[in-house]
Amino acid sequence: METVWFVLVALMIAGYVILDGFDLGAGIVHFGAARTEAERRQVLQSIGPVWDGNEVWLLAGGGTLYMAFPVLYAASFSGFYLPLMMVLWLLILRGIAIEFRSHVEGPVWGPLWDAVFCGSSILLAIFFGAALGNVVRGVPLDASGRFFLPLWTNFGATGEVGILDWYTISVGVLAFLTLTQHGALWVALKTDDPVRGRARRIAGFAWIGVAVMTLVVTHFTMQVQPLVREKLHSELGIWIFPLLALAGLAGVAWFRFKRRELAAFLSSSVFIAGMLCSAAFGLYPYVLPSNVDPQFSLSIHNASAGPHGLSVGMMWWLPGMLIALGYIAFVYRRFGGKVSMGESRH
Amino acid sequence: MDTALTLHRLHFAFTVTYHYIFPQLTMGLALLLAIFKTAARRTGNPLYDETTRFWAKIFGINFAIGVVTGIPMEFQFGTNWAGFAQAAGGIIGQPLAMEGVFAFFLESSFLGLFLYGEKRLGPTLHWLSGILLFLGSWLSGYFIVATDAWMQHPVGFSRDPGGNFLLESLSALLGNPWLVWQYLHTMLGAVVTGGTVVAAVGAFYLLLGKHSDHSRIFVRVGLLAAFCAAVLLLFPTGDRQGANIARDQPATLAAMEGLFETQEGAPIAILGQPDVAKKRLDNPLLVPRMLSFLTYQRWQAEVRGLDTIPGDLWPDNIPLLYFSYHIMVGLGTIFIALLGLAVWKLSRGRLYQSRSWLWVLMALLPFPYIANTAGWMTAELGRQPWLIYGLMRTDQGASSNVSAGNTLFTLLGFMGMYALLSILFLFLVSREIERGPGQGPR
Repeated sequence: METVWFVLVALMIAGYVILDGFDLGAGIVHFGAARTEAERRQVLQSIGPVWDGNEVWLLAGGGTLYMAFPVLYAASFSGFYLPLMMVLWLLILRGIAIEFRSHVEGPVWGPLWDAVFCGSSILLAIFFGAALGNVVRGVPLDASGRFFLPLWTNFGATGEVGILDWYTISVGVLAFLTLTQHGALWVALKTDDPVRGRARRIAGFAWIGVAVMTLVVTHFTMQVQPLVREKLHSELGIWIFPLLALAGLAGVAWFRFKRRELAAFLSSSVFIAGMLCSAAFGLYPYVLPSNVDPQFSLSIHNASAGPHGLSVGMMWWLPGMLIALGYIAFVYRRFGGKVSMGESRH
Repeated sequence: MDTALTLHRLHFAFTVTYHYIFPQLTMGLALLLAIFKTAARRTGNPLYDETTRFWAKIFGINFAIGVVTGIPMEFQFGTNWAGFAQAAGGIIGQPLAMEGVFAFFLESSFLGLFLYGEKRLGPTLHWLSGILLFLGSWLSGYFIVATDAWMQHPVGFSRDPGGNFLLESLSALLGNPWLVWQYLHTMLGAVVTGGTVVAAVGAFYLLLGKHSDHSRIFVRVGLLAAFCAAVLLLFPTGDRQGANIARDQPATLAAMEGLFETQEGAPIAILGQPDVAKKRLDNPLLVPRMLSFLTYQRWQAEVRGLDTIPGDLWPDNIPLLYFSYHIMVGLGTIFIALLGLAVWKLSRGRLYQSRSWLWVLMALLPFPYIANTAGWMTAELGRQPWLIYGLMRTDQGASSNVSAGNTLFTLLGFMGMYALLSILFLFLVSREIERGPGQGPR
């Protein structure tokens, strides 16, 4: 039952990164793809009706994680206190930038919120990547079951580490490039020229960066977290996730070249899911490794809620999510198709 | 007192108090929007459609701030209250996850459709979006109050050898005897806020002589909703909530009422200031035997005072608890009186012409917010010194690994951020009120 919840939480997180990822990415490419006021509105309209729903995946995923693995929730959220608080501030700024920009027209109001939207999206992408890097590398969990990481120490990747150092920042950069590509492909899918053309070019540049950084990050991950390396040697089944990621990356290049925008966007989603699952199943059954002593590591067995909670949770969680997927699909269909430049604002 | 613990408490108190300014209007207004939209559909009167559109815009601004200030609340269980999150996550994780799965997806999906989809959806689907938006926001309130009700009155659990709480019965958790009255009381409080805000804006327009057709609808519907809710807040929900406190939290009841000594035929204090060191109420204005009667329906019944309870089990801020409770009850009583008189004027057809009554309605606007805030402070301060009543003390729940300095840093950050949000909110809402109703669909 713990394993089932591990898979479901991993799926929720992948769902969050894929869905909120494209509107974060739209924020990253906002200035690059859209130059005029009308073009910027077009980008904002492409995410306007759905971004709030995408962010709900973070809340629902966090809630599911809390319900199924309360010990993990308590240890990781308090240990990553400072970066999480900054993520919250960035989410607040980004949310009001998207929602409030359209309420006032003027040469100061619009660009101000455009800058907040773009800046907070970039920083969120890097922070989420760095957070993943920290989880994969492990944290100084000790006998108390708690840890606390400062934002940075000496930027070395081993020993007395902080949250930001060259390893975690390189994961952050990979996340940034991945979401740049993902967002650019979404914008290309939802708009027409000239925004579409610019977005497609940005996606092309980002692809090269993603490919290079994927190799770099994979190489260093094997060094800082031997668990993943051993896992790849011992279990053949796990290779499916990195292979899926590679197939997604190849698909992005191929379909972008073929100008099949939806297929390119879906390939990017497959790449993201493949990379996240590689990380999650590379660590499984651990959920938060300790770099002090393996006996203090949190795994699905010592971090989960009681057996009745886990089984009764399944009774409502599955039907609940099926209903939710139903109306999410309804919203995407209702707001499907391209956003044309002349359409009424947001 | 432990500084880190105090800062963790202030951190949660500040962020949750600020957050709840917005959802109370969201939930109250969601009901009124559903009423306006239904009236538009039934009567075909375009005034109702324009009324819906006007309030939907203010709803959207208010909702956005409610969302962005709500996300920190879920995070803070883990960041600032790791001890509590670990011990109780197996229980309260259930309603919190249910809120995400059942309420937030519903709300966020249909909010976009309701605000931006009137032309795309057609009348029936747009009406349905409004109803589902109402349902989603009230469902969300249910799961949050279920979480709080469990902390007030824990049910349906067992404990493992490490002291962590394990869920034994989800139906007990969601059918907690505290939950039904606490939920209805909270929702009715939100309706008073929503109704008063709508009526106050209507009164403002009538005083200016602008948009009089729309503002008569605002005043009529807002006033009736607020008055009905204010009456139901007192009885039965407030009364039943009080009975639950008297039965399960005697220390809380005694502290709320400022009753230091156990008495037969205990009086109720209308005014007065508790002096905890001397264990007495200064400058009291008392109604003899009323507390005994209200609590047990007998004039001579004995009510337990704080003297029967060891000092370390007293709520740790008795004066603030006492004042919160008295402000809530005092304002609630004033609402019933003023709104009742206004309804009487309305029924005689003299409300819209009476400038003095329109002034009263407009001036009422901030007070439901104060009453709702004071009500939650009564519930949460009354629960002290417990985090989970009778089982886990507040000082056991905070994150021991997060220092006072880090907590102060983020508390100051939130204060600055929320000051900015307040300015933006007031600026955008006053623009919409300036523009007024009467615009076409989007």
